Amino acid sequence: MPQQQEEGRVRRVRRATLWLLPWVVTGGLEITLAPSLAQDAIDASEKGIQRYRQMLKADPWSNPAMLDVDRGEALWKTPRGPKAVSLDGCDLGKGPGVVKGAFAELPRYFTDADRVMDAEARIVWCMEKLQGFERAALLKNPYPGGGRATKDIGALATYVAYESNGQKLMPTLDHPKEKEALALGEALFFRRGGPMDFACATCHADQGKRIRLQGLPPLSKPVEARKVVGEWPAYRVSSNHVMTMEHRIYDCFWQMRMPEVDLGSEVPVALTMYLVKTAEGGEINAPGLKR
Amino acid sequence: MPAFFLVALIIALLPAASASAQSPVIDSARMQTAVKQSWTQAPPEWQTRLTQDETMAACSQYRNNPPRVVAQTIVAREKASIKYPADGKLIGDWKKGQKLAQSGYGGRFTDYPPRTENGGNCYACHQLSGGELSFGTLGPSLLEYGKSRKFSEADVKAVYDRIYNPQAVVACASMPRLGANGHLSIEQIKDLVAYVMSSDSPVNK
Repeated sequence: MPQQQEEGRVRRVRRATLWLLPWVVTGGLEITLAPSLAQDAIDASEKGIQRYRQMLKADPWSNPAMLDVDRGEALWKTPRGPKAVSLDGCDLGKGPGVVKGAFAELPRYFTDADRVMDAEARIVWCMEKLQGFERAALLKNPYPGGGRATKDIGALATYVAYESNGQKLMPTLDHPKEKEALALGEALFFRRGGPMDFACATCHADQGKRIRLQGLPPLSKPVEARKVVGEWPAYRVSSNHVMTMEHRIYDCFWQMRMPEVDLGSEVPVALTMYLVKTAEGGEINAPGLKR
Repeated sequence: MPAFFLVALIIALLPAASASAQSPVIDSARMQTAVKQSWTQAPPEWQTRLTQDETMAACSQYRNNPPRVVAQTIVAREKASIKYPADGKLIGDWKKGQKLAQSGYGGRFTDYPPRTENGGNCYACHQLSGGELSFGTLGPSLLEYGKSRKFSEADVKAVYDRIYNPQAVVACASMPRLGANGHLSIEQIKDLVAYVMSSDSPVNK
């Protein structure tokens, strides 16, 4: 208990420094964009983010996403919903109430739901079944707009991911439905659709590509996927909030000119399974920090 | 003889070995079921975006590397989709083209009702004018594209075709079929052709 209080105090003190940090990322970019070449602008932007990451490493509590880890933890442990219970009975795959290490093995098959779920899908399941929240209400507008705070599901997922920090992504893939989710996710990664004919692979298959100045991670390559997949959920400086992996996928579909994909549905879960399997062995370093 | 038996044994074992290592087969019908169930809140006018046409389905199946016969079928089908201006003039206004090349607006679910015209978003993937530093690299650089081709009439038509429907040229090309999919109008495509192919355009300066 005293240790928890101490941690809480440290968090509060360090929150004061959070608001200065976005400047570090954007400041360098603004100064150099106009007179220099594109490569210099990219270098400056990358350097800014690198510097930001170094500061985060030196002081992990300076990541604004830690606010959502805190909030997610409180949401998890507080009795809530029509049934006024906490999520301590929620089984993330390692038994009711076991949060530590659970994220490293997600997505996985859950017998009670008879389907494969990722962190967000499982959290929604527990909020509905244990706490009595209405599923439809949870799934309506589940993501914040730019500049707005991450919603409860996102904060809970951020907390859950944080509790597996330092562990390696290790999907179990024992159950046939887990194997099917992986195969489906891979097929979907290459599925072209929408009025732009885009697939995930259009932007995320080849090495060293970028959209405008933004570098694109080739997510079908294990070496590259291992570097980035474990950083989600992540604080996104450009939108001022934490995005979960499902929110990030939803955002890709927005850019692909697809309609709004349902949170926790089969497509984002299968894609997450594919990403996590491709990144297998990569370290979880969540919440991360993105441009 | 032993060699023959060895070969026979390998052949006999082959299907079993590959089947055990194989992941479950996901055909396009299975994918379509997943897509339908994952976009339950899509409004009626967005439903067509959940399905694939033949070209998309083939490119997905072959991961953009279709066998020769399939590629020929795609190119022939997509070629037939191209519509040309009635007066045959393929070059519009490069200044309008420049704006279109910069704009990524249009078609996203936050773009309705439309507040402005759809853009071509060319700079997301291509370098064009030397003055614009913020360009992507998913597509080839088009810097001095018209100049390097001596602004030839054949190349003007080739550029029009490539913007209208790149798959009429290369099956399963990554670039969107901007004209064929109705994202850009004939007039807009003419303006983009002018941006790439006019001697007074900054792309060729």
